[in-house]
Amino acid sequence: MIIAIVIILVVVGSVGFHLVSPWWWTPIASNWGYIDDTINLTFAITGVVFVAVLLFTAYCVIRFRAKKGHKAHYEPESAKLEIWLSVLTSIGVVAMLTPGLFVWYQFITVPDGADEFEVLGQQWLWSYRYPGKDGQLGKTDSRNVTADNPFGIDTADPAGQDDVLVQGEDLHLPLDRPVKFLLRSLDVLHDFYVPQFRAKMDMIPGMVTYFWITPTRTGSFDILCAELCGVGHHAMRGIVVIEEEGAYKKWLSEQPTFAQSLAKANAGAKRVSNLSSDGSFR
Amino acid sequence: MADVTNRDIDYVAPAEVEEMELYHAHSWITKYVFCQDAKVIAIQYSLTAVAIGLVGLVLSWLMRLQLGFPELFSFIDAEDYYQFITMHGMIMVVYLLTALFLGGFGNYFIPLMVGARDMVFPYVNMLSFWVYLIAVVVLVASFFVEGGPTGAGWTLYPPQTILSGTPGSDGGIVLMLVSLALFIVGFTMGGLNYVVTVLQGRTRGMTLMRMPLTIWGIFIATVLALLAFPALFVGAVMMLFDKLLGTSFFMPAIVELGEQLSYGGGSPLLFQHLFWFFGHPEVYIVALPAFGIVSDLISVHARKNIFGYRMMVWALVAIGGLSFIVWAHHMYVSGMNPYFGFFFATTTLIIAVPTALKVYNWVLTLWRGNIQLTLPMLFALAFIVTFVNGGITGLFLGNVVVDVPLSDTMFVVAHFHMVMGVAPLLVIFGAIYHWYPKITGRMLNEGMGQFHFWVSFLGAYAIFFPLHYLGLMGVPRRYYEMGEISFIPESVGTLNAFVTVMTLIVGFSQVVFLFNMVWSLFYGKKADPNPWKATTLEWQTPETPPGHGNFGKELPIVYRWAYDYSVPGAKDDFIPQNVPPSQVSGKKKAPARRRKRK
Repeated sequence: MIIAIVIILVVVGSVGFHLVSPWWWTPIASNWGYIDDTINLTFAITGVVFVAVLLFTAYCVIRFRAKKGHKAHYEPESAKLEIWLSVLTSIGVVAMLTPGLFVWYQFITVPDGADEFEVLGQQWLWSYRYPGKDGQLGKTDSRNVTADNPFGIDTADPAGQDDVLVQGEDLHLPLDRPVKFLLRSLDVLHDFYVPQFRAKMDMIPGMVTYFWITPTRTGSFDILCAELCGVGHHAMRGIVVIEEEGAYKKWLSEQPTFAQSLAKANAGAKRVSNLSSDGSFR
Repeated sequence: MADVTNRDIDYVAPAEVEEMELYHAHSWITKYVFCQDAKVIAIQYSLTAVAIGLVGLVLSWLMRLQLGFPELFSFIDAEDYYQFITMHGMIMVVYLLTALFLGGFGNYFIPLMVGARDMVFPYVNMLSFWVYLIAVVVLVASFFVEGGPTGAGWTLYPPQTILSGTPGSDGGIVLMLVSLALFIVGFTMGGLNYVVTVLQGRTRGMTLMRMPLTIWGIFIATVLALLAFPALFVGAVMMLFDKLLGTSFFMPAIVELGEQLSYGGGSPLLFQHLFWFFGHPEVYIVALPAFGIVSDLISVHARKNIFGYRMMVWALVAIGGLSFIVWAHHMYVSGMNPYFGFFFATTTLIIAVPTALKVYNWVLTLWRGNIQLTLPMLFALAFIVTFVNGGITGLFLGNVVVDVPLSDTMFVVAHFHMVMGVAPLLVIFGAIYHWYPKITGRMLNEGMGQFHFWVSFLGAYAIFFPLHYLGLMGVPRRYYEMGEISFIPESVGTLNAFVTVMTLIVGFSQVVFLFNMVWSLFYGKKADPNPWKATTLEWQTPETPPGHGNFGKELPIVYRWAYDYSVPGAKDDFIPQNVPPSQVSGKKKAPARRRKRK
């Protein structure tokens, strides 16, 4: 009998917790409101099932708990009831799956004309690369990676020379423009995750993965790594700043291109070799 | 047709042999150590699983201490934390739950419940346990090698698993992979036994559709395990080669901390497919025995036949089959071809239908029952609560686009703990309270049992229910510490501290449970051979606990299904499976039953 009351309290408590607890999703900052809608729909359908099944269980326990001289009813099965329940459940499943697949199709279909840029993950930091004036990212290969070419850009590819490189700085993106994130990793799996964007995707060495969003409000948001990537996983953080297009363009123009950073590195290397013939500072 | 019988040969009388020759133990060693009796092997399996499970429990305390009170415990650093979560996960899923359900319950109850004297291959069965024990020893050894056990997460995703940025990437990961391979070898020997015994060892009259659902659950789960574990075996061996021989099955070209490694051409995604081809059926390897056992607990203690037996059997078969084509729902954000999402989301949500039907049928079994609120029944009810909760959050994660914001967050942690941690464990507890009298001849102490039940059920629910909402907010899993994240309010820390305290309390109640098991062995109330008045064969043995050979001189003959409870016209409210129709008083058959026979 106590168990029936406790089950009812668990149901009431769970629904109450859902409604009033302070822990809920972050205010959205991208176009993926449809994902939130699908989650809400799923909460509604499964919530009804949760409450109905458990309250019915509690009712059965109260109504049919053992009494002296009482005997259970004998009924092996009821095809009719089972078919009804299958059909109802199937309808519920279809009601969740259909919008889910519809939104998934949108999620994986990048609109024409979306801006492209690259996120590079490595233990345990984020770097970013924009296509530069020609609008094209240069070819890359992790075999090209050196201290002076941390992105592994193919130096023979002219498209790569004007690529804008951002390292050790916040990521900036313009408001209201669809943007395709090209995701690349040098070492292990990472996952680019901004909760307010409602999007994430793993980054795999040797592959380029992607997702797309349209940022819908300005502000700065935390970037987290969401795929265990070694002992520094929890410290692999970044900031993405969403700003008006003017401010974004100004910021971008202040970042070095690949050609500039290579030249700077070469000049630096020369200075170092002038300073010391045996490679050490005196 | 030619006459092939040679009529000239004299009649030869059949040799006078016993119905089945068993290897009876002749010494203490062969009776308690290298024993071929499935019941002893079951207890050996169970004790080993519980022992390593306690290690897993302590690891969960340590990780929760770090999460609940991040600054307080300076002896837990990031490496330790990742090692704790990895070993906790692997121990609980493989070495505790799989071993306990199949090696423990499977060994004890398959022969007893199908009316066999023992497993079909007792010697191989014994080997199965000893190989499992070696696997556990190798696993434990990884705690003591230099660098400690692996901290790659229980999913062991390459490339990080074998690279230096991950704790335990030297000795730890090698021992982990070797241990898994050994486990699979040991399991395969036991698993073949379970399958063959169910198919070949049943007593007369025990048709497949008369078997108790406990056996159906264990049987289907074993078939899944035999088909799924090889994928993990292959993955483990290939990864060992990548680690030890420098091959590149899973390793692409990698620049590690500025240094070019010599790997190239391998696919990290391939490992994920192999892992989850095993990993998803693994969920059902744990769940299906629980489904089966809980069906029997509910039926016995509600004094009512399980509702829709045939549907329950086919649902088990359907879930088992479907579980092989849903694996990539663990990989929606893995970077695999996004069009896989359509297929795997559809198959995953289809699996919800037979699963939901099972839930309905458990609840409908209570309907118009005569519900005894015994400890096994309480645990079964708690299972329904936690399983419904954990099952519906699966509909979130299975629906591909909903999974995108939720995957790799605490929502996932909460979901799988509720559905394949708490729910199956509650069934294990219920099953132990149910069958302890048969296994030991004594009842477990009721008071300690009540304490254990309420703390475990409500405590576990209080731990995992709120965690869903942290995940919804975006709190990631596998984070040693949150540090400063702007969207995470301080209240998250408070909730984490609460959860940690609950974890310690629930963990402590397990100590009470273990104490109860030992205490009752000596001081428990003497048990009736069939204290719950159940119909299945294990309760009809001449001895309690059953001796070697289970059934005395004559094997039982089965006349009916396992669920003749409260049959109209019968004197008692249960008719054991081995009672012939002629001995049922008031021979009037139930109308519903006659309809079924047609």
